[in-house]
Order: sequence, then C-alpha cells, then structure tokens
Amino acid sequence: MQKRHILPIVYILFLMLPIYWLIAMSFKTTGEILSGFSLFPQELTLDNYRVIFTDPTWYWGYFNSIAYVTINTVISITVALPAAYAFSRYRFLGDKQLFFWLLTNRMAPAAVFALPFFQLYSAVGLFDTYLAVALAHCLFNIPLSVWILEGFMGGVPKELDETAFVDGYSFPRFFATIFIPAIKSGVGVAAFFCFMFSWVELLLAKTLTAVAAKPIAATMTKTASSAGYELGLLAAAGTLTIIPGAIVIYFVRNYIAKGFAMGRV
Amino acid sequence: MALELVGITKQVGGQTHIKETTLRLEPGHFNVLLGETGSGKTSLIKLMAGLDKAASGSIRMNGQDVTKLSTQKRNIALVHQFFVNYPHWTVFDNIASPLRVAGMAKSEIQGRVEEAADVLQLRPMLHRRPHELSGGQQQRCALARAIAKESNAVFLDEPLANLDYKLREELRDQLPDLFAGRGAVVVYATSEPEEALLLGGKTALMNDGRVTQFGDTADIYRNPMDIVSAQVFSDPPINTAQVRKVGSRAIFGSVDWELSGDAVGLTDGVYTVAVRANHVLPFKNDTAFVPVTGKVLVAELSGSQSSAHFNMGVENWVSLSNGVHPFSIGQEHGFYMDPDKCFFFGPDGKRAV
Repeated sequence: MQKRHILPIVYILFLMLPIYWLIAMSFKTTGEILSGFSLFPQELTLDNYRVIFTDPTWYWGYFNSIAYVTINTVISITVALPAAYAFSRYRFLGDKQLFFWLLTNRMAPAAVFALPFFQLYSAVGLFDTYLAVALAHCLFNIPLSVWILEGFMGGVPKELDETAFVDGYSFPRFFATIFIPAIKSGVGVAAFFCFMFSWVELLLAKTLTAVAAKPIAATMTKTASSAGYELGLLAAAGTLTIIPGAIVIYFVRNYIAKGFAMGRV
Repeated sequence: MALELVGITKQVGGQTHIKETTLRLEPGHFNVLLGETGSGKTSLIKLMAGLDKAASGSIRMNGQDVTKLSTQKRNIALVHQFFVNYPHWTVFDNIASPLRVAGMAKSEIQGRVEEAADVLQLRPMLHRRPHELSGGQQQRCALARAIAKESNAVFLDEPLANLDYKLREELRDQLPDLFAGRGAVVVYATSEPEEALLLGGKTALMNDGRVTQFGDTADIYRNPMDIVSAQVFSDPPINTAQVRKVGSRAIFGSVDWELSGDAVGLTDGVYTVAVRANHVLPFKNDTAFVPVTGKVLVAELSGSQSSAHFNMGVENWVSLSNGVHPFSIGQEHGFYMDPDKCFFFGPDGKRAV
C-alpha cells in the first residue's frame, strides 16, 4: 500500500464508523449494548430483524414510508417537468422572480408548515393518509425538482424543439418521446432528491399521520416499550432504513456527477 | 408550389426584427437569403416555418393562406446551423421520425430512409447514434431527415457554417443535386456572398431586417440596386468613396478620372462610388488604369491570390488580385481601378448608374 492511500482510507473509516456501529448494534442483544463497549457482537442474534419482519407495526412503517415517498416523487416530477420547461423556454413577466420565489419555499424550516398543514388536512379529511404526507413534501420537492430540471433543460438547445415541431410532432408527443429522454439524467437526479428528502423527513410525516400512514421514522422514535429499552431493535430498524437510500444512490450515482458538472445539484 | 410572403413584419418587445417584406419564392432552384449575422435571416425563416408569429402580413403556400397554420401542419423541413438530431435515437430512427409521425407504412419508411441514407452516404452509420458520428455526418443525418420527408418547403439555416472547410465544399457541391426535382421550395440562409454565387438560383439580400434586393443571383451581383445591397453582396467589403461629378470627370481626394458610358449623363453633384476589390489591382492593365495610390495597411497572400488593404487619406480600400504580389506594409503603393466597373449611387443610396 502506498503512503498516499493512507489518508483517504483513514477518512473513509472515520465516515463509516457510525454506520458500522449501527449495523453492529443491530446484531447485538439489548443487554450487550447496555453492558459496555464491544467492537463486535459477542453473541450474534437475528432476533431484532425477526421482530421487524413479523410485527406489523414495524413492517407497515416501511410500507407506509415507501408509499408516500413514491407518491410524492411521482407528483413532484410530474408537476415540475412542465414548470421547468416553461422556465427554461419562455420569457414571461416576472419569470425570474417566480423562479426565485419557488426556491424560497425551501428556506423555511418544515416546522413552520407543520401546524397549518395539520389543521388544513384535518379539516378536509386528509389527515393520516399517504396523500397528506406526499402533498406536504411537495412544498419542498417541487421547487427543488423545478430547479434541477430547469438546469438540465437549459443544456438542450431550443433548436431540438423546433426541429421536432417542423418534423410534425405535436407538443405532448415531442415532450414525451423526445424531450424527456433527452434530459433523462436530470429526471433521475430530481427523482433521487425527492426520494431522499421525503424518505428522511420526519417532522411533517409524523405530524400528519397517526396510525394508518405512520412512517418508519416515526415508529423508530418510540424508544421504550413495555420490555424496557429496545436498542437492538431500533438499530435493526435504522439499518433497514438506510438500505433503500443506498440502492437509489447506486442507480443515480453517475447522473448526480453529471448534475454537479452542470452546477445544479 | 410557391411560397409567398405578403407584407410580413415581426416585432419583439417594441423592436422591429423584420421590416415589411414581400417575397415570392419558387421551387426548382435555391432561394438564398444572404446577409450578415443579425440581419434577420433566421427570423424570416422562423416566420416562414411557423415557429414565430408575424406581427402583420400573410404567408401563402401554393396559393393557400398558411399564416395561422401551425408548424406541424405546414409540411416543411428545417436544418439548423448546429447539428440537431434526436440524441437517443439511431440515425435510422432520426431519418424515419418525420415519416413515422406522418403515419407512413413501415415498408415505405424503410425504403425512403435507405434512399436518403444512400444519397448522403450514411448507409454504414444507420444504426449508430448521432453522438457517435463526426460533425459532417451529423449534419448529413439532419439533411437526410429533411429530404426523406417530401415537404413543401425546405429551410436550410446556414447548414454548413459549423463544418470545416473541406466538408463544407464537399457538401455544398452536393446540395443542389440533393433537392433537384423534389418540387420543394428550398430556402438557404448564409452569411457568405461566395456561397450564394456558388449555389446560384435566386438571392434575397438582407440587411437590418429588410430585404434590400431579390432576383437572379448573378444578376443582382452585377447590378446592385442600392449601396446597401452592393455592400451586403460583396466579400471582401466593396470599396466606396464620396465623389464629385463635374462635367465628364469624377473626383475624390487625389483621384480624378474621365467618365465614360452612362455615367457621363449624370447631373453634376456628389455621388457614392463603389467598386469591388477585384477591380482594384496592384498593377496597371488595359481595363484597370485609374491610379488610386494609398498606404498599405494589411497584406494577405494566399497561394493564388493577393489582397491588400490600403488607406487613401479618408477611405480604406481593398485590392484583390490573382497571383502573388509583394506589398511592403506602411509603404505607398500604386493601385489601379477599373472605371467601367464602378457603381454610382445617389445621395439617397439608390443606384444612379
């Protein structure tokens, strides 16, 4: 091993440490975790995972999270695509201001919106549904998606649109069969950010749900049960929560590099 | 089939991009739009293609008013200066795309695409994607898409401008044949006078959003209607000077010559005289004999031609001659102008003689 490799390796180990600790904990018994320091599980146990996969309050947490995250991503991208197209292709009164205003939606903490959303959704009967959380997350994800997609669309020359219209393509057909494929990496990057934000967001998701749509992150906040602290169980739930994000990142890693190169991520 | 513009204008945000334009473009030859960058060639093409809306006036195709007809329904083809192809499709799919949209039968599409690919030597590339092709091949793919579709009008917006010299020559020689006998009105925008002359047909000279002259290419080259047209259709820039016409003589600076032909009949007064660079030679001969001496500013020698920019006090002129002639920069040099090749324009810019 060469000298120049040492520093990056140390750095990566340092970054991986909390994740390793989480995974190691998930294979320990709660007793072992509380009893003191141990680098490896002394008695390896799969009980924590068994509980999660058999107890509906746990595994439904995952289903609920995946459900509203998916709905949110679909809504965000569907709405952001035409909006970003308008910002990228047309000049209209106040376009730059509107674009900036969209971004300012991301400047307020989620807590600001928790109360109005709670009251509004309770009033219209959306409380404790997937749609409630999905729509609430749109407040942050649509502006982000518009911003990312606009950057990618700006890289496609307007002449492509003109050529397609001259060739006889109607606007919807051009948009679906030519334009979206031309910016597919942008769609991938935007979808990834929608997914990530919605997946890790806790406050709104917890406020707007009770039982039926309770997300996994909310389930994890109940640290104590009748059996006392269940740290091993929580660690297992945490480990499982990382996996979807890791899978998504694997698929979009190249697109994200492209997004960075275009200065929009 | 003919494409007619009647009193077309175009404004953007209070600025006039296209001044009132009336043109009748016909098939069977190239219709060249010649003008420098920003003169309105692309704006005019966009109006004809229906990609922009005219502020006033109407557009007719084959006698039918298409002013309000959408781009999609006009049945036209367009090739841009930049190589525009659908990036995620193969060359075959690119060429086939307008035919598929039109709902043509699969077997016929196959035939048409292959025919177009043969003409443009794209046969071996049919299954590649545009980004795997060279610039010249990408532009040939765009041209193939334009000829595969049997359109009413084909617009070529400086299609060769981004190609290197060699490819440009090759493709330019091919262009007239490509569109011959297809019955489409071919409109070709370029900023190079030489290209207009090589393509022949008819030329519309454009300047500042206005068509200054339209007619047979060779004809308007020989007979510019006004000073602007003469300037647009000249490369290197046409030489001009303010001359005083007194009796049968014309005078500017130290230059003084005896007029002949129609110019003698002009009323005495001030005119703008214009003479092309290739009629100002660095040596005297039978036709070019009026001395115009100046200080050489820049000299360019190519293998077969010599050009020199020289200053005559007020005017900067250019001389272009065959063969290699040595010039010493900063030195006085005798040049000789052909008086029979001078155009005279009145104070309003209109051609006098």
